[in-house]
Amino acid sequence: MTIDATVLLAIIVMGAVTYLTRVVGFLLPSTLALSPRAQAAFDAIPPAVLVAVIAPTALATGWRETLAALICVAAAARLPLLGVVGVGVVAIVALRAIG
Amino acid sequence: MTLHDDSRDTRAGFADIWPIAVAAVPIGLVFGALASAKGLSPLEATLMSLLVFAGGAQFAALEIWTTPAPILLLAFSTLLINARHILMGASLAPKMKTMPLPQRLFGLYFLTDEAWALAERRALTKPISFSYWMAVAILLPGAWVGATAIGAGLGALLGDPKRFGADFAFTALFIALIAAFWKGRSTAIVIVAAGAASAIVYRTIGTPWHVVAGALAGIAAAALAQPSANSAEKNTSHDD
Repeated sequence: MTIDATVLLAIIVMGAVTYLTRVVGFLLPSTLALSPRAQAAFDAIPPAVLVAVIAPTALATGWRETLAALICVAAAARLPLLGVVGVGVVAIVALRAIG
Repeated sequence: MTLHDDSRDTRAGFADIWPIAVAAVPIGLVFGALASAKGLSPLEATLMSLLVFAGGAQFAALEIWTTPAPILLLAFSTLLINARHILMGASLAPKMKTMPLPQRLFGLYFLTDEAWALAERRALTKPISFSYWMAVAILLPGAWVGATAIGAGLGALLGDPKRFGADFAFTALFIALIAAFWKGRSTAIVIVAAGAASAIVYRTIGTPWHVVAGALAGIAAAALAQPSANSAEKNTSHDD
């Protein structure tokens, strides 16, 4: 069990930046009247961010990952969250075993 | 708020979050194993999961990790990827008005995509109480930090996480979360724009820019696809 001073500093800085992002929005004035267009942009934030995080794996890694992601999309339409994760993991293992 | 309401809210929170906490275990194991492969000690990997507690930013950090740790680059990458929290907090703020400020400042430490998505769903029918929020919030760091410690400790023994498909669990989890936001054509436009921009930027410029590029492209596409205020008043039809 070792800890390096630079690594510790990096972790603390990452943690501080992350906590800041978690509280800053909360302290913004919440009385903004949004236009329909701004509201649409606001509503798009969660799916846009979630897609942006996984797109490299789902779309730019290989055909197995892309196919497994499509299988997850189909599973997500009818299975609960854990079911989708299970289907995805089984799919990627099977596809990697094939080729 | 009576004691009875508190315990009912706590139970509701646990009922909502437990499948996500279970799903976080394999992902945390993978994070721990990848961190140890990058040269982080088990203590360092565990500390990162405890203090940062943001999976996307932590995986991105491993991608750009070098020795000695590039602190400024790591801070910047973390800021880009977690900037979404600012908007989540702004959206949650009016729904958490019943909480005193110290409770909010403490509770927000545990803000994640998952807890936020559940809280927003809860807010459709009732205000988010501190009991509900903490029940939703507390299981996930427990699972995440514990799994990181085990994954980092077993890193070498587990071998390549890819053998078990564990590296894909994070992607599958996010696809399931995205499905919860599906509202028809308007969501499809966001997904296509964000996915294309992220993949292209990932290939051409690289991490962590794909997150900000994809997020901005998805948000811009949603705004452009939405009729302007005037035409929206005349045209009241909605997506399915």
